[in-house]
Amino acid sequence: MTRKILILFAFIAVAYACSESDDTGSPGTNDSFDRSLMLVHWADNIIIPSYQDFVPATVNLRTSTTIFVDEPTSTSLNDLRQKWETAYLSFQNVSMFEIGPAEMVRFRDRMNTYPTNISEISQLIANGTYDFSLPSTNDAQGFPAMDYLLNGLGDDSETLAFYTTDTNAEANRNFLADLANAIHTLSENVLADWSSSFRDDFVNNDGSSASASVDKLTNDYIFYYEKALRAGKIGIPAGVFSNDPQPQTVEAMYAEDFSKALAMESLQATERFFKGQSFNGNQVGPSYEAYLDFLNTIKNGEDLGSLINSQFTKAKTELNELDDNFVNQIETDNSKMLEAYDELQRNVILLKVDMLQALSIDVDYVDSDGD
Amino acid sequence: MKPLLEKYMEKSTEAAPLAVFRIFFGVMMFFSIVRFWANGWISTLYIEPEFHFSYYGFEWVKPMGAFTYVLFAVCGLSAIAVSVGYKYRIAIVAFFLSFTYIELMDKTTYLNHYYFISCLAFLMIFLPAERYFSVDAKHNPEKASFYVPQWTIDTIKILLSMVYLYAGLAKLNSDWLLKAMPLKIWLPSKYDIPFLGDLLQQEWVHYAFSWGGAVYDLAIPFLLWNKRTRWFGFALVVVFHVLTRVLFPIGMFPFIMIVSALIFFNAGFHHKVLSFVSRMFRISKDIWDAEINTVKVTSSRSFQFYIIAGFLVFQLLFPWRYILYPGELFWTEEGYRFSWRVMLMEKAGYAQFKIRDGETGKQFLVNNSDFLNPFQEKQMSFQPDFIVEYAHFLGEHFSSQGHENLEVYVESYVALNGRLSRPYINPEVNLLEVEDTFAPKDWILPFNDTIKGL
Repeated sequence: MTRKILILFAFIAVAYACSESDDTGSPGTNDSFDRSLMLVHWADNIIIPSYQDFVPATVNLRTSTTIFVDEPTSTSLNDLRQKWETAYLSFQNVSMFEIGPAEMVRFRDRMNTYPTNISEISQLIANGTYDFSLPSTNDAQGFPAMDYLLNGLGDDSETLAFYTTDTNAEANRNFLADLANAIHTLSENVLADWSSSFRDDFVNNDGSSASASVDKLTNDYIFYYEKALRAGKIGIPAGVFSNDPQPQTVEAMYAEDFSKALAMESLQATERFFKGQSFNGNQVGPSYEAYLDFLNTIKNGEDLGSLINSQFTKAKTELNELDDNFVNQIETDNSKMLEAYDELQRNVILLKVDMLQALSIDVDYVDSDGD
Repeated sequence: MKPLLEKYMEKSTEAAPLAVFRIFFGVMMFFSIVRFWANGWISTLYIEPEFHFSYYGFEWVKPMGAFTYVLFAVCGLSAIAVSVGYKYRIAIVAFFLSFTYIELMDKTTYLNHYYFISCLAFLMIFLPAERYFSVDAKHNPEKASFYVPQWTIDTIKILLSMVYLYAGLAKLNSDWLLKAMPLKIWLPSKYDIPFLGDLLQQEWVHYAFSWGGAVYDLAIPFLLWNKRTRWFGFALVVVFHVLTRVLFPIGMFPFIMIVSALIFFNAGFHHKVLSFVSRMFRISKDIWDAEINTVKVTSSRSFQFYIIAGFLVFQLLFPWRYILYPGELFWTEEGYRFSWRVMLMEKAGYAQFKIRDGETGKQFLVNNSDFLNPFQEKQMSFQPDFIVEYAHFLGEHFSSQGHENLEVYVESYVALNGRLSRPYINPEVNLLEVEDTFAPKDWILPFNDTIKGL
């Protein structure tokens, strides 16, 4: 009898050990969808190439900033503005991958918190010392801070005066250079981490637990789509979350005609990621869409993949209708902004409710029991 | 000739099974509390959130800040006291109250197995579980006894049987049996489980698990009551619950069910378990036994019997209340909880609340993460009573901020068992004008599909 009980407890202990251990075993055979291949595709063909495009753009941004700071002229200013735009656009392709090294340094917060805080910027310049790794400086650094310092100071001569004849000209120049430096250093570090150890960690963490790569990145992806893209770029400026429209919260508002381009780049990046399109070229690999198609062969349910795809198309169409400058759009006809928001919103539901259910991934998992 | 009921009430049996049950129950509960504490859940689930979802009629039960830890400590310590049988009656009452209070603090964490624990603890208040092999019995040999009324052990068996039977009956629906839902969603995602991972991708496995699960739930009570099939039934209990433990994040529940099922074995088995426990703790069971004078148990028509009988009748009827509501149970969830409907649905939702000034028509949307943690938001988004309670909270919050002529609307979508998500709550209804009551909720939009079965 005692032996039976002992055997029983041994059995329970083994089962417990199995169930508590994270992510052993491999996905195995061909007839099931191979999540680890998807992770390899994501890392090698989408995420790392996106950073490899972005980091050189930040190098150019830093170089042009140095040239401008050394000799502020309208030529060097325009060159810098152009480099800033290129880098900012490229950033839209990496921002959704807030995982691992990017998550650790709060990459998106530091790169793209807007609206930027003008008085905080003046304060930091006056202080002369600042630590951009402090969360309190999030809204005084990154692309939005540079937007203000390059496009928000008035016309070209006023802008140049800020860096030449202003009493604080030297401090102003230093601050601008430090901003560009910080953007570059952060990005370079994240890419370096991906290229060395994190790529393998990411790809090997191919289990089905809440801490596994697919679950985590999927949550990051949906969070990005919902909060940064749908709300941040369209919803909040259009006044969806407030009593009145908030044109002062438009992304890159000082550049004036750049907000639509950024939003479109971001939307296309999320769409391409859904479809599994490589960053360079249109080669398609394992993706959410393919995964949903695979699960559908088991489930015989709705064709969720094509529903989401057609919703992406609709959202792009609505977005295209908008003025290049969202501030203008909000002030002339905000209803168009709201329509674009609605189309973006429809995919939040399809991604967050239907896709997560199909993939059996918990939304922003809080560790607790089920029954 | 005595009436049948009276005869049954006077029947007595050995107390050992009840003692073993008490010991294991207490130990399991103690470790459950320790585990809960160690995982940091007291803080994340009860202290950090700014808002808590209350059960109807229990709005006054709220977490108590840092004292919440004291509550858990009381619960854990009383579980130990129950286990060793020290001041048993006080201990089990303290355990029942503290545990139930914890569960009532926030319905976000509702689980059938927590409810099961509360039910068991309530039963045990009225059972003579301390009569044998306990500190109380050791201190008061005159109150100790080898025997207890037969019905006291039977009530636990009945409650257990009811849980399995109702869980089995709930599975007799078209989603579960004909579509193998929601297992068809859950199992493929467990591809990385050793040995089973590949099998779980196969459609026939989903059906086998669905039908097997239903048959298992319905058959287990009979296998356990019947002496000849008992060991077989128990082996099934172990295999089934261990499997669910491997597949799903269900915490301590499988172990609690496995240990509870031991109650079906005869006294001889339980004496062996007690001897084993005695050896482990260097207690001399023989000396303890020798000190007991009472052999017969006298209490018959006791009030405990009638309380328990009433409780069991309630348990028998309560799960059927859903019949009184129109609409699909899985969709509206009117009468879903407290009915042993375990792992029946994969349901997810999205709820976007809109605050409107009824006079000016100005409106804005609410960011749920300003008020709820992700777990609360997830649970709220597909359960109507959560949605209306949260809407009222939002109303109070924004009116205290000076907003006037407030109206609260929700645009919500719910996906159930792999169906495409569809609108859930009527977006035209000002939720401040509806209350969460037991009346049918006519502001839930129709399901437009049918799930046949019980």
